Amino acid sequence: MNFQAGKDTLKRKFDTVGTRTPRPDGLDKVTGRAQFGADLTAPGMLWGMILRSPHAHARIKSIDTSKAEAVNGVHAVVTSRDFGPCPDDVLDIRENVMARGKVLYDGHAVAAVAATSRSAARQALKLIKVDYKVLPHVTDVDEAMKPSAPILNRKLFTKGLDKTPRKPSNIAERFEFGHGDVEAGMKQADLVIERTFKTEATHQGYIEPNACLANMGSDGRADLWCCTQGHFMVRQVCSALLGMDASALRVTASEIGGGFGGKTTVFVEPVALALSLKASRPVKIVMSRSEVLRASGPTSSTSIDVRIGMKKDGTITAGDATLRYQGGAFPGSAVPYGAMAAFACYDLKAVRAVGYDVIANRPKQAAYRAPGAPMAAYAVESVVDELCKELNLDPLDVRLKNASSDGSKASYGPNFDVIGLRATLEAAKAHPHYKARLKPNQGRGVACGFWFNFGGETSVSLNVSADGTIGLSVGTPDIGGSRASIGNMAAEELGVPHDKVRCIIADTASLGYNDVTDGSRVTFASGLAAINAARDAIGKMCERAAGIWGIPVDAVTWEDGAARPSSPNAGNHEPLTLADIAAQAGATGGPISGHCEINAEGAGVSFATHLVDTEVDPDTGYVKILRYTVFQDAGKAIHPSYVEGQFQGGAVQGIGWALNEEYIYGEDGKLQNPGFLDYRIPVASDLPMIDAVIVEVPNPGHPYGVRGVGETSIVPPLAAISNSVSSAAGVRMTQLPMSPPRLLKALGRI
Amino acid sequence: MFQIHVSTSINGDDTEFSCEADETLLDVLRDRLGLTGSKEGCGTGDCGACSVIVDGRLVCSCLMLGAEAQGREIETIEGMANGSELHPLQQKFLDHAALQCGVCTPGFLVAAKSLLERNDNPTEEEVRYWLAGNLCRCTGYDKIVRAVLDTAKEMRKSPKTKKTAAKKRVKA
Amino acid sequence: MNVISGRIPLQYHAPATLKDAVNLLANSKGKTQILAGGTDLLVRMRTGFSEPDNIIDVKHISPMCKISRDGKGFSIGAAVSSAEMSENAALLKAWPGVVEAAALIGSTQVQGRATIAGNLCNASPAADSVPAMVAAGARALIRGPKGKRKVAVEKFCKGPGKTVLKKGELVEAILLPEKPARTGDAYLRFIPRTEMDIAVVGAGVCVTLDSKGVCTAARVSLGAIAPTVLLDARAARTLVGTSLDDPALDALAAACSAAARPIDDKRGTKEFRIHVAGVLARRAAIIARDRALGKS
Ligand SMILES: Cc1cc2nc3c(=O)[nH]c(=O)nc-3n(C[C@H](O)[C@H](O)[C@H](O)COP(=O)(O)OP(=O)(O)OC[C@H]3O[C@@H](n4cnc5c(N)ncnc54)[C@H](O)[C@@H]3O)c2cc1C
Ligand code: FES
Ligand code: FES
Repeated sequence: MNFQAGKDTLKRKFDTVGTRTPRPDGLDKVTGRAQFGADLTAPGMLWGMILRSPHAHARIKSIDTSKAEAVNGVHAVVTSRDFGPCPDDVLDIRENVMARGKVLYDGHAVAAVAATSRSAARQALKLIKVDYKVLPHVTDVDEAMKPSAPILNRKLFTKGLDKTPRKPSNIAERFEFGHGDVEAGMKQADLVIERTFKTEATHQGYIEPNACLANMGSDGRADLWCCTQGHFMVRQVCSALLGMDASALRVTASEIGGGFGGKTTVFVEPVALALSLKASRPVKIVMSRSEVLRASGPTSSTSIDVRIGMKKDGTITAGDATLRYQGGAFPGSAVPYGAMAAFACYDLKAVRAVGYDVIANRPKQAAYRAPGAPMAAYAVESVVDELCKELNLDPLDVRLKNASSDGSKASYGPNFDVIGLRATLEAAKAHPHYKARLKPNQGRGVACGFWFNFGGETSVSLNVSADGTIGLSVGTPDIGGSRASIGNMAAEELGVPHDKVRCIIADTASLGYNDVTDGSRVTFASGLAAINAARDAIGKMCERAAGIWGIPVDAVTWEDGAARPSSPNAGNHEPLTLADIAAQAGATGGPISGHCEINAEGAGVSFATHLVDTEVDPDTGYVKILRYTVFQDAGKAIHPSYVEGQFQGGAVQGIGWALNEEYIYGEDGKLQNPGFLDYRIPVASDLPMIDAVIVEVPNPGHPYGVRGVGETSIVPPLAAISNSVSSAAGVRMTQLPMSPPRLLKALGRI
Repeated sequence: MFQIHVSTSINGDDTEFSCEADETLLDVLRDRLGLTGSKEGCGTGDCGACSVIVDGRLVCSCLMLGAEAQGREIETIEGMANGSELHPLQQKFLDHAALQCGVCTPGFLVAAKSLLERNDNPTEEEVRYWLAGNLCRCTGYDKIVRAVLDTAKEMRKSPKTKKTAAKKRVKA
Repeated sequence: MNVISGRIPLQYHAPATLKDAVNLLANSKGKTQILAGGTDLLVRMRTGFSEPDNIIDVKHISPMCKISRDGKGFSIGAAVSSAEMSENAALLKAWPGVVEAAALIGSTQVQGRATIAGNLCNASPAADSVPAMVAAGARALIRGPKGKRKVAVEKFCKGPGKTVLKKGELVEAILLPEKPARTGDAYLRFIPRTEMDIAVVGAGVCVTLDSKGVCTAARVSLGAIAPTVLLDARAARTLVGTSLDDPALDALAAACSAAARPIDDKRGTKEFRIHVAGVLARRAAIIARDRALGKS
């Protein structure tokens, strides 16, 4: 009974879907009972702590741990020697979680201890002697690309070029996307604008630091409790790093205090396991905030050139971009996504985006909400805005004129299915915000954004209890209310009230494999799997009803939570509700459950348009956000409150990125601001209410029309705010963040 | 071990504990008393996830030593509901979906409670400034601010809720 | 802790009298630090910048927990929190600039604990309450083994993290004079957000006007633009004899920018601080003037 894509299902009327039901984990979270990564303790537990490099780039000549081992209360000390051979695909992670031979950034882990108290662990860390030979370092992306730059990895030869170079460099790979003749397109334009932009690295800034509790025995079996976006990923990676069977490691996902992509990889988990193995005791590691900022993944910092040609009537004739992203000390920045997403909002005849993945002496980047796309959109949408200004055109009209629509060829290759970009632009144009009056020193900015959205491998198990209630096990950690949405979809499909379904996140031993909670995939993919699992269970319940009634199963249908004869020909039987069938399950063949294991496709891309008004203080460069409205296509908003929450949260993260958040490195290559006092995320008093307008253009790839909504909301803000500030200040800003000193300088005041 | 013996009151319960001098109240609550509702987002006073009320004043438990709890009255998130009866703020946070991941929620609730005890009719701006020391990365604060304003409105309408909410447990 | 390094663990003391506190401070071995609100000290301990052997909590010394007023002025005990200052109507009425500056320190949570004496003793050039205290003519009452002494706040810090306190000395209270007639004070700081930041620049202004609105006395202070908070006499002179009109305010701004000798750091650039020092002094002077005129 698996779902077949079909537009008819999109028109259906819903009972539970689309309503604002209470969330299943709500009570625990308002009473302090919910257990997050750092909240679990185990008998005999030790505290693990990690020693980190004070240098941006250095050779480790020796590590002497003997004094640390002698500290009373210390039960284990580990270094890279405790991590043996491992498969190639996790080599970089192995080196990132514990430096081997070289430290590659300020904060890189070099050793770890486990002790009976935190103070003993702290003392022990101080007694570990590491002898470093400091090497020259580079942290800026453009500097890192220069032939004269210090080389981080002598075995790195740029991939993606016609000929592999003979000399190593910090450029890991070149990517190119696009179609058509860009130069010919530029010639058709009445105006071509070319600009270079720079953006600083930002951190996901989740409020819960990474934490885990590991318990590993000498029999090679282990349990791990951690806050992660993907406990199956944690199992795969950690078991590979520790040389254990994947099934010997059971990972349980705790409640997770934010991730935004930052918890899609491992940092402390393998270290805790190694310490636990060595100490034969459970070990808890909780990162401090400064460790989170210094050593868990921020975004790339970038440098981007964009050239766009436009006709006087607003037609874009060609787009061209070169994107350079440093992704920290290892290859794998999100530059390919950035290059693919850069022009995705536009239906262009000629387009090209070239990306360079660059390494530098910074922490290994991790995904951050629509990884790579916000910076690319910032650059492209800034140039489009400038073209509109120069040609005296309305920025929404120009976007409507060039917008990608159903069937148009995406700048990164495929043709779009049914998409909602136009609908968001039209909603913005019709909104009172767009017509509201502005005062002096105020400006309005518009920008669009795109994100792919993923599906991916997903398993769901749905168990019907004898009393007719439902246990729903999913394997995608709930990061913002997804248990409510997925449970509601199952309830909808089964035809039972939402509070009869309890949705939980099952551990890795209890459910089939699940990809990470990322790519805005959870409500789409786990929801799809939950619907399929419900349909599987419904099929079985129809069989039971058919048996009870003594009629063929194809003469039974499921409607409003009950099995019914499909036509009068099937006989005159009273409907059997889910509870009726569940009560008789033992007598009719045993327990009833539904399953779905899929690799979900058809995620349905997502677009948004943001409108923002700002005011600039021309004497200090201070920027105030006056008004903000998000218009985004959600396909179908399963739980509107959490859809709005995603829009609002993404917009505000974008505000931080645009105005004040940045990784500041000193000349010495050390991070200057590893704390929330100087890594400045927006606080409540910085902001107005964020209006969230949900646009619904159903995704034909999902039975209810769902599109992921988690990521797109961070794509437009950087550009929208930059356009707004540029307009308020009367100067074009080309660097993020637009911190007051930068803005005042651009204004010519200093 | 050089441990300090401390007698204090937590959510109305007389409580005794021993701690080292450099342990913060947050360390004590979480690691010695099992009260893990207060969260550590930073340990340096910047995020407010560890907010508690000490002798009627809102503070960061990460910026106070456990030893300083001697003789004080401490209120944490675990004491906010009256048994199964949620504090109006807790209920409104649920109604308004004012939490996504929920790790900041205990701190926000404790801080908002302290605001409403002082000012039952705060403006949006007052709410935003009072809560500026509580960081939330998920929600953009919109629904949190709405939930607080709505709670204030409701508590003004029915002084009874206000009283039950403010009611302290009598000390044994 | 039986650690191989042999370090004796931290000791916490909570004396009930000033005398005991001074004795402990004078006679304890190793590094001893006063704990007032702890909002600097605990952060420094947590981040490994400070490892005291002894901590003396002064919050059990009742005279240090009070704001009192005699004929000569206010005495703000060194354990009084910023929140308590904001709740003191008389103090707020007399010295709104000082109270507001104290209320800028950190969040609501931090203000529940932070003291202005701690703000001063921490000796950060960016401390918010310090320029305001300097403009208001505050003095620190110091208590030590040899008795009491009073030091003008502008002379208290000798450099970042360095003060005039000698071994065994602590600050008992901050003393503010009674406010002269037709006097107003104000403090403004620049931060890139609205809250939760350390001042990039700060400016304090206190002016006294005559009955015609002409300035007869002024004190202008600047924070975060030099190793310590500056009291700038030249900037003050631009105001005296004027009615704080535009030319006078322009001259004030220029003098403040000229006096600033900041550094580039993660919080702001040199040129930004120089410019904004003038902007803020001008804005603070307007508020101070209006307060002196009884307008606000
Ligand atoms: C999140 C956060 C935000 C902050 N924001 C600001 C801000 O906006 N502006 C600002 O100026 N500061 C800010 N601070 C710093 C700090 O809060 C202030 O400096 C505060 O005034 C310190 O006072 P305290 O009583 O907490 O000092 P404590 O931490 O108790 O003491 C500070 C130092 O002074 C010494 N000391 C304290 N009292 C005495 C005394 N009576 N005699 C001798 N020595 C003494 C201590 O030993 C210690 O070295 C912030 C801190 C945090 C954690
Ligand atoms: S943990 Fe106390 S303020 Fe962040
Ligand atoms: S809900 Fe996640 S940090 Fe606030």
